[in-house]
Amino acid sequence: MAHSATIDNNSEDIWNGGAEPLKASWGKLMMWFFLLSDALSFSGLLVTYGFSRFSHKAYDPNIHGLVFKFSDTYWPIPEAVFTHIPFIHINAPLVFVGIMTFILILSSVTMVLAVEAGHRMDKEEVKKWMLWTILGGFAFLGCQAWEWSIFIQGSEEGRLLLDGSKVFGANLHVNEYGPQLFADLFFFITGFHGTHVLSGVIINIIVFYNVCLGTYDRVGNYEMVEKVGLYWHFVDLVWVFVFTFFYLV
Amino acid sequence: MDLAHISTDSHINHSHDHDHDHEELSWIQKYIFSEDHKVIAKQYLFMGIMWAIFGGAMSLIFRLQLGFPNASMDWLQPLLGDWIKEGKLDPEFYLALVTMHGTIMVFFVLTAGLSGTFSNFLIPLQIGARDMASGFLNMLSFWFFGLSSIIMMVSIFLETGPASGGWVIYPPLSALPQAVTGSGLGMTLWLTSMAFFIVSSLLGGINYITTIINLRTKGMSFFRMPLTIWAFFITAVIGLLSFPVLFAAALLLIFDRSFGTSFFLSDIYIAGEALQHTGGSPVLFQHLFWFLGHPEVYIVLLPALGITSEIIATNSRKPIFGYKAMILSMLAIAFLSFIVWAHHMFVTGMNPFLGTIFMFLTLIIAVPSAVKAFNYITTLWRGNIIFTPAMLFSIGLVSFFISGGLTGIILGNAAADIQLHDTYFVVAHFHLVMGSASFFGMLAGVYHWFPKMFGRMLDDTLGYIHFWISFVGIYMVFFPLHYIGIAGFPRRYYSFTGFDFTRSFTDLNTFVSIAAIITFTAQFIFVFNFIYSIFKGRKANSNPWKSNTLEWTTPIHPGHGNWVGEIPTVYRWSYDYSKPGASEDFIPQNVPYAHTPESNLPNEVDPVAHKH
Repeated sequence: MAHSATIDNNSEDIWNGGAEPLKASWGKLMMWFFLLSDALSFSGLLVTYGFSRFSHKAYDPNIHGLVFKFSDTYWPIPEAVFTHIPFIHINAPLVFVGIMTFILILSSVTMVLAVEAGHRMDKEEVKKWMLWTILGGFAFLGCQAWEWSIFIQGSEEGRLLLDGSKVFGANLHVNEYGPQLFADLFFFITGFHGTHVLSGVIINIIVFYNVCLGTYDRVGNYEMVEKVGLYWHFVDLVWVFVFTFFYLV
Repeated sequence: MDLAHISTDSHINHSHDHDHDHEELSWIQKYIFSEDHKVIAKQYLFMGIMWAIFGGAMSLIFRLQLGFPNASMDWLQPLLGDWIKEGKLDPEFYLALVTMHGTIMVFFVLTAGLSGTFSNFLIPLQIGARDMASGFLNMLSFWFFGLSSIIMMVSIFLETGPASGGWVIYPPLSALPQAVTGSGLGMTLWLTSMAFFIVSSLLGGINYITTIINLRTKGMSFFRMPLTIWAFFITAVIGLLSFPVLFAAALLLIFDRSFGTSFFLSDIYIAGEALQHTGGSPVLFQHLFWFLGHPEVYIVLLPALGITSEIIATNSRKPIFGYKAMILSMLAIAFLSFIVWAHHMFVTGMNPFLGTIFMFLTLIIAVPSAVKAFNYITTLWRGNIIFTPAMLFSIGLVSFFISGGLTGIILGNAAADIQLHDTYFVVAHFHLVMGSASFFGMLAGVYHWFPKMFGRMLDDTLGYIHFWISFVGIYMVFFPLHYIGIAGFPRRYYSFTGFDFTRSFTDLNTFVSIAAIITFTAQFIFVFNFIYSIFKGRKANSNPWKSNTLEWTTPIHPGHGNWVGEIPTVYRWSYDYSKPGASEDFIPQNVPYAHTPESNLPNEVDPVAHKH
């Protein structure tokens, strides 16, 4: 640990002032509290998702027919919506998003390795693993862009509306896959998360640059890597929830 | 390090070009973009006072309309221009005034002005720290507030007026630009301003929390902290958890307004034509809004209660009664504040059973609140009370807290709320318990800590005049509103004379308006006193109130870093007033038990010194 100042204090002493009772610098604490706050923003959005979803009907094979079709009357089931993989024309429900998720989780692993190398003050290793993390972030963002474009493009046959027109894909005003809110929430929440990933990648690049310059060797610790690591894991964790809500349940 | 490097470089280039304004640059760093918590606190205070005058003046304009519906307002034309039409206040501008009064008072005065001032000023001074954990983020926090203030101020001068859908900005009124003129650009600027405000409060909040956790001086355990610090700590945590939800709601609303989504909109017809929005729910916005909105009440109130605890104990020359009970009740209030939001929504058509649960949780808040009220009274009980202006304002706060809190118990009943919802009864309730009480807490804080802020004393006589006019005036304004509310008159209505059942209240409204004018005018006694005393006030000594807390151990004009030499170590809690056996009636926190053998209790011994 970078903070060996408070070594053998017993727990009572630590809380009596003049020490860091949570054994974390104020910078790291700030990151934790920021993440706590940010978690509440995401909760607000996911609650909005839940509220909206439960105010719509669910698809029921006994009422709406055994073969699932896109319709305004009920919330779509995700396996029927997210079925595409770029370049390959097969029906592969949730495979592409699974790959995305795997990439993001993998980038969290490389981030852990970067933080661990930082504890050992091993600059070369930190550089290596930070670079992999940045690449993972870019890969995720690329996949998401693809995912969005598939979602926006829609199916080849489209959906016939009551007035005889056809709707292909989704944007903020129309939605082939079902109720308008499904598309609105999809764009908003994955977009909000994507913005977080993007800022994470940018911050990672800045930190990577500083690692290369040897800034943290001069400071004497790699805590900054640890702090961006916390942020990166948080973004990853949030994705797990977004993934669960939009793709699994 | 790189940043520092770059900035020195540019600084060198800069001074090559204009060597002569080197002085000015340092002035900017010292007073504008200062990273010293004391300067930032004063910046918040000046900004808060400025906004309070604006917000108060707005309320006077709509009180004129309510109190004197037939009077000509032509004389306001030079100020309000086209908002006065044929001697009458424009009804839509009336709504804008009500909205901006609420927004300004709740967020800009009683959140930023109160927490911003006293959390910044007192946290490092009272816990024994050189400054906030991050001076830079603290500076950013203030300037995000500055940015947010500028945007909100600009919105007031728009031709279409500022936001006018109420400070709660419920959709669809706030979501559809065609609903009311204020829902156009005014609303967009409102949302933008609030987004920056939330960023400011987030940066401030994480700073307050981490500073309190990590930077307490030696010996300053959590249970030796003054209750002010506890209040600021809990307030910051509440803000940290509730503001992001408003942030999410505001973002969703921005999308509904500007990008055609339907999160909060469904099946709306305007002039017979259906809008394309479908599937959303305006009630959802209310849930998200009040998840912030209710904790916000305590973000506003808790700092004032903390300040009051400190001032009442000091000026009663007695330890605060029930120190740990005070902390526990603040924690309980903070916890409960997150699970009662739907009591603002009893009449939105929610399930009555759910209403019962929220009613039950709401009424539980009466318990910790009553604990606090009784503790204030029992602290005063048989104390050697010194009636400084700060003390009077603190006692005034307790009075408002009780009289406004009691009506909260009435309003918390789901059944009674059907009659009282959105009437002047609600207005009276929250203006007493949250508005006036917090405002008095803020004033009490200014009177008490003015000597520490500026090294001079405020004038006592002017303080007493200010207090008595404000105290009596506020009851004159808000007590009659209860009756108007019980009679069923809804808030935010432009005209009192439109209906038979309300016409009989016109004289009462005239009375309220006159009281409001007097009360508002009296605030300028304070403004004069404040500005005059900064320059010409009586010089303060280092501990004018004979107080125990650490800020009074600093020099009269503390520099950046607060203490000259080492930071004092703390040996006792902050409430050793009138301790039996002690030679004086106060023992500051930095006095070791070894120095006071005559007054020590059996268990009070200094800890064995550690080797360093």
